[in-house]
Amino acid sequence: MLALFGSVEQGIIYAIMALGVYLTFRVLDFPDLTVDGSFVTGAATAAMMIVLGYNPLIATLAAVIAGFIAGCITGLLHTKGKINPLLSGILMMIALYSINLRIMGMTREGGAGVSNVPLLNTDTIFTMFQNFWGSLGIDDTISNMLREMGVESVPTTYGTVLVVLIITIIIKFIADWFLKTEVGLAIRATGDNKRMIRSFSANTDRLIILGLGLSNALVALAGALIAQYSKFSDIQMGVGMIVIGLASVIIGEAIFGTKTIVRTTFAVVAGAVIYRMIYAFALRVDFLDTGDMKLITAFIVILALVVPQIIDKQKEKKRKAKRMAERNAAHIPAPVEQGGNPLA
Amino acid sequence: MLKLDRINKIFNEGTPDEKIALDNINLRLAPGDFVTIIGSNGAGKSTMMNMISGALMPDFGSVTIDSNDVTRLPEYKRAHFIGRVFQDPMAGTAPAMTIEENLAIAYSRNQKRGLRFGVDKKRRDFFRTSLERLHLNLENRLTAKVGLLSGGERQALSLLMATFTKPSILLLDEHTAALDPSRADLITKLTKELVEADNLTTLMVTHNMQQALDLGNRLIMMDKGQIILEVSEDKKPGLTIPDLMTEFEHIRGEKMNSDRALLG
Ligand SMILES: Nc1ncnc2c1ncn2[C@@H]1O[C@H](COP(=O)(O)OP(=O)(O)OP(=O)(O)O)[C@@H](O)[C@H]1O
Ligand SMILES: [Mg+2]
Repeated sequence: MLALFGSVEQGIIYAIMALGVYLTFRVLDFPDLTVDGSFVTGAATAAMMIVLGYNPLIATLAAVIAGFIAGCITGLLHTKGKINPLLSGILMMIALYSINLRIMGMTREGGAGVSNVPLLNTDTIFTMFQNFWGSLGIDDTISNMLREMGVESVPTTYGTVLVVLIITIIIKFIADWFLKTEVGLAIRATGDNKRMIRSFSANTDRLIILGLGLSNALVALAGALIAQYSKFSDIQMGVGMIVIGLASVIIGEAIFGTKTIVRTTFAVVAGAVIYRMIYAFALRVDFLDTGDMKLITAFIVILALVVPQIIDKQKEKKRKAKRMAERNAAHIPAPVEQGGNPLA
Repeated sequence: MLKLDRINKIFNEGTPDEKIALDNINLRLAPGDFVTIIGSNGAGKSTMMNMISGALMPDFGSVTIDSNDVTRLPEYKRAHFIGRVFQDPMAGTAPAMTIEENLAIAYSRNQKRGLRFGVDKKRRDFFRTSLERLHLNLENRLTAKVGLLSGGERQALSLLMATFTKPSILLLDEHTAALDPSRADLITKLTKELVEADNLTTLMVTHNMQQALDLGNRLIMMDKGQIILEVSEDKKPGLTIPDLMTEFEHIRGEKMNSDRALLG
């Protein structure tokens, strides 16, 4: 129960990263691998600034800006440097590895490459909120209620889940709004049909750069929040982040559908939380180790990609069989299968 | 309105695949001109359209629109003045977006895109009245994804999107070629209505000679990268298909390659 509560809190933070991944992979149709690097950039920037004594809010804002810049550079590599999307992202990810070590190195004198910055006795966004939240005494009220209902182990606070929920919901609504503005429509069209949007006087290069910047700004925000949540920033914390983001998007879309933008962004957020819960359950399995999680994540993504195809095929087969059966029952000879008329 | 001066374009220059696609093209359009373009496959018609839209840059020569030299202006900047409909019905619209969102994109063609809602109440009303002109009942399907529309419906929508901001130049490259005859007729009729309503300066490529004769006030014939025949406003009304065939023979000293495409 407690482990599950923690994974919900984390899932809600990772949802911000998943929204960033959704923006590139789905909206822009750009498989951006910068994410593994920009997530750490966000964490490193926030941790470094907090350690240096900056207000956690300002540190988090700086992390967002750093992520935005990183994404824009990936966009520049692709649009101006004519480098293939995957390679642009990989190059940026590798470059960020060194940059992230440097950023964390700024916490120590002469520390060029520091791979871990702890945030033990420092303020974070969460402790700041806790100071205010704790004084309200709501935690005790809820916990007592739960205990009366027979729940044994209760979380120490509900403040954290509330903050992350508020932040994530605000970002979801901003994303919904943005994707319906004139610029947002142009970004979506860039992912959908570049030739078309160019013929309507949109500079696709600029839109791709902007889209990548915004996406990585969200990823870096998630990194900054995770660093403050888990009270450290580490050079390894971004490994496989892109696959986790993708897993969240795919799981969410498969369960909740993609009918409208509002629905899809909700699906992505929910997908991220569900992914974290699956992760928590998998860790409970005795023969599995934390190190196996990347394998499990890859497995989840493969499953989420393959299973819908199989289901579709099965449905198609059933439909065909049903039609043939109806036809045979009516004694009508089956007509020659015709190619789908694209104009019909 | 539109001026092409000595436009030359060679593809794969200096290789065995060298191809002279445009050979000294000169063309002038007055405001309100509607020019139909015919010519065999590979004559350079699409290449000429791409020179005007900026999708391709000429090796030599200049393009002037509204007395602005746009020769070096990238495609997306020229698109402020140019509306286009492509041959492929899939090319002119964004399939994953709704009808009203597609229209909103077209609506912002000659303005700076900002953080305003692309579709608001006022615009939706405008889109609805605009769609009514198509008589396809699309005005009642504003929130349907364009990917669900038939090729003919998509082409009609593309046509509306290309024209409703009243571009200085409208480019139509075989925009009815991928449709079955009845839908092609519908799009042809719509083209005529929409162009006439705003008196748009238009260039239309077609392989259907009858269509080329029925529409527009001028006609040009292209062959091997050159404009070999220009029919002026006063000559065009009496023109027939046999006239065009004899003209071609006369100019080229060979029978017109009467392939399927040319006779449509
Ligand atoms: N990008 C390109 N690279 C190389 N050659 C090209 C390219 N585009 C066109 N060509 C060649 O230039 C010539 C003119 O092509 P264009 O597409 O303009 O012909 P068209 O008149 O539109 O023909 P169609 O009626 O078949 O559409 C053709 O020989 C074509 O093969
Ligand atoms: Mg062509």
